[in-house]
Amino acid sequence: MFDNAYFNLGYLDTLSYKDTFIHRLDPRTKFLSTLAFVVTVVSFPKYEIAGLMPFFLFPVLLFVLSDIPVRIIMKKALLVSSFALFIGIFNPIVDRRIAYWLLGIPVSGGWISFFSIMIKFSLTITTALLLIATTSFPEICRALQRLGMPELFVSQLLFLYRYLFVTAEETMRVVRARDMRSFANKGSGMKAYIALVGTLFLRTVEKAERIYQAMLSRGFTGSLHSMRLYRFSTADATFFCLTVAAMYLFRTHDLVGSIGKLAMGAF
Amino acid sequence: MSHHIVEFEDVHYRYPDGTAALKGLSLRITHGESVGIVGANGSGKSTLLMHTNGFLLPQKGSITIGDLKLNNNTRQEIRKKVGLIFQNPDDQLFMPTVFEDVAFGPLNLGLSPERTRECVKEALETVGCLALAKKPPHHLSGGQKSAVAIAAVIAMQPDILVMDEPASHLDPKSRRALINLLGHFHHTKIIASHDLDLILDICKRCVIIQEGKVVADGPAEELLCNSRLLEENNLELPLSLQKRNLSSGGTMDEITKLRHLLGHWAEHNTEHARTYQDWAKTADSLGRKELAGLLRKIAEETTAMDAHFQKAMELCR
Amino acid sequence: MHMADALLSPAVGATFWAGTIGAITYCSNKLNRNMDDKLIPLMGVLGAFIFAAQMINFTIPGTGSSGHLGGGMILAAILGPYASFLVMASVLTVQAFFFADGGLLALGCNIWNLGIYPCFVAYPLIYKPLVNSESSPKKITFVAVISGIVGLQLGAFSVVVETVLSGRSELHLSTFLLMMQPIHLGIGLIEGLVTAGVINFIRSSRPEILQGASAARPLSGSVKIRKVFAGLLIAAVLTGGALSWISSANPDGLEWSIEKASGRSELPKQERGIMQALKSIQDKTAFLPNYGFRKPEVTEDGKGQPSWPAIETGRSVSGIVGAAIVLAAVLLIGIIVKVLRKKAAG
Repeated sequence: MFDNAYFNLGYLDTLSYKDTFIHRLDPRTKFLSTLAFVVTVVSFPKYEIAGLMPFFLFPVLLFVLSDIPVRIIMKKALLVSSFALFIGIFNPIVDRRIAYWLLGIPVSGGWISFFSIMIKFSLTITTALLLIATTSFPEICRALQRLGMPELFVSQLLFLYRYLFVTAEETMRVVRARDMRSFANKGSGMKAYIALVGTLFLRTVEKAERIYQAMLSRGFTGSLHSMRLYRFSTADATFFCLTVAAMYLFRTHDLVGSIGKLAMGAF
Repeated sequence: MSHHIVEFEDVHYRYPDGTAALKGLSLRITHGESVGIVGANGSGKSTLLMHTNGFLLPQKGSITIGDLKLNNNTRQEIRKKVGLIFQNPDDQLFMPTVFEDVAFGPLNLGLSPERTRECVKEALETVGCLALAKKPPHHLSGGQKSAVAIAAVIAMQPDILVMDEPASHLDPKSRRALINLLGHFHHTKIIASHDLDLILDICKRCVIIQEGKVVADGPAEELLCNSRLLEENNLELPLSLQKRNLSSGGTMDEITKLRHLLGHWAEHNTEHARTYQDWAKTADSLGRKELAGLLRKIAEETTAMDAHFQKAMELCR
Repeated sequence: MHMADALLSPAVGATFWAGTIGAITYCSNKLNRNMDDKLIPLMGVLGAFIFAAQMINFTIPGTGSSGHLGGGMILAAILGPYASFLVMASVLTVQAFFFADGGLLALGCNIWNLGIYPCFVAYPLIYKPLVNSESSPKKITFVAVISGIVGLQLGAFSVVVETVLSGRSELHLSTFLLMMQPIHLGIGLIEGLVTAGVINFIRSSRPEILQGASAARPLSGSVKIRKVFAGLLIAAVLTGGALSWISSANPDGLEWSIEKASGRSELPKQERGIMQALKSIQDKTAFLPNYGFRKPEVTEDGKGQPSWPAIETGRSVSGIVGAAIVLAAVLLIGIIVKVLRKKAAG
């Protein structure tokens, strides 16, 4: 359980240090494009399905341009604890009015809105995962800082990221030591959990003290300077403009309906 | 003005929980010395190191580093002179990438971004890690992490390097690389370690600490041969001396001691010869023919010395 | 209990993002002014600790199911409200990115739901006034459980409100509340017990940590916290009100803004051929009659909502055909680009 979650995390992190066209884009470009994408997708009304289809183009292009293995991201997207699924499944139960007949099968409004939620869910989750698979987390943090996030919060994110892997590895060792010696439901209960978390907490505080000393010994006076230079290149401008233009087109024009009509007309 | 770069005078320190860690420790270290600090667990080594950077201040006695007496106001200045390398590089590498981490110190010293860039490049080159500049620390191996931690400290150009167990988590090859690297530095070095072979390789002088006091101070090669003294301090003979069938216990006579040392030196000699050869190849590949030739010559002469060592060892029998 | 992008409308998502960013900025400014530098690495490493602790499961007594820690209450008890809120926000941000818990737009809601209530309601109004350094472990347990329950009840309530306001789910407010609140009563109880356990553990082994941290927290009375919270609430309501006014006055927010931006200039009408055909088809079918934000109001009756689509069979079939073609085209484009890239590389 724990091991799996941790290795998944590490794999996604490793992917983000690849070097492709998409990886090289300015993190702000990718972050803003993704945000625009998510907002556009969720702005579709409750019963929309067809209009969402063209939006699959964005994740598909990201997949192929950045050499990210599709399987890994899909697997992660499926694993996401699906609050959307849990809530969405009530739609077909509550809303049973028939919206239309499809090849003799009645389709209720609830099912349509449920599928709309699930499509939005897969679009937004996949794109969010692709963002982190193509942009290393420190870069995302610096992008957030450039976009106006307070420095203290950004340094908090950077520290969390840096020590995530160290702490998770330590935790993994302690959890293994617990699981090795617990059988059936004995040993993995709350009492052992509290002692385990308490011990980890104390170690964490001691670690923080040592880190602070290491910072002081190198002249820390309260600020984490950054030396990264980011430039908004032509590639960035092109990528961003194309994304936004495409999304504008997909959102305001009924591409799917038109193509469908055309295709039906051809027969 | 003292000609000593580090001077501890009758330093006492007691932790808030009542443990007395230093009980009148005195120690003088001059420019360019390499000093190994050894002793049992809890003897006060770490406490001593924490004092060199002013994380702890002496409750009694005084510490002078360079021309400055250590106190609350001089801590910042002293930290510019003394580079402290922590036992666990994960504590020391706290920035998201190697480059940013090494740049942390120089930027805090107020260097310009351009100057910082040069400093970082130079420091990473010294430890052979320039290629890792863009990586996050959690993608490095143990050896790489400790090399980068050293780069992060030398980028600030300190006069003194202080190290706590620098090789405790390294595999033998990385450990050897670290020893070679430290051997090339001309800084004053203070190294606390249980790894007596490492001390023997890097340090000319050794200080043994027991219950917060210096109990022995002298040439490393002499102190580290004294198995009785070592045993009293929960230590044992360095492996490189053990494997030459040392009769257990007791102090060796001078000739036996010399024989062991000769064996030790001979081992190093062979190794140095190999290093010269390796570098000759590197110089070749860079097109520096003359340099390569010279290195080969040095290597040959070094190898030739092997015979002298063997002869001397035989004479010691 | 992570809110998800797919259940949100842009207006609700943006509102909670506004509130969350306001809270983050406020806390950062507050801490910057009078903070011990020591807190910077401590907060960071504690974030990593909470992150890791959340990944450990434990068996809940008597149920056989497993639970894990939220962490907001522990952090608040150790670091005080401002620092603990920033740590919680950072933990949720990293989760949103690496585990896609919820998503980017929902992150604002999630930070609000899981950060604001424990740090700015449960801690200053319940935990802090009742617990001091002399409190007995039993009292700490009792207070922590109450705080844990209050924090999670408010969080769960918030999730319900966000979902219902967004109008993507058919669940009625009352049903939804009946479903969410009792579950989170249990989760809150567990959270409180674990929080109390860990705090008592720390108090018995390293009490100075709790005292040291409390000295570092710049908290000057709970009155101020109430003010802060009220301020945030007002800001959120104002933003939300403004956004929902825009979206209800203009059924399609995006189109509305686009029209404004383009100055209502209509496309020239002299297209021919396919363009003409496409346009006439679109004019006739108007397949997407009510794109846009749904009016974010709480509807108790659920029936006869304005967003009910008036779809005829003919149109929906063309929609399905079109959708299939578009999906196939998307995949094809993907495959072509991949092949081209391989060729270029090889």
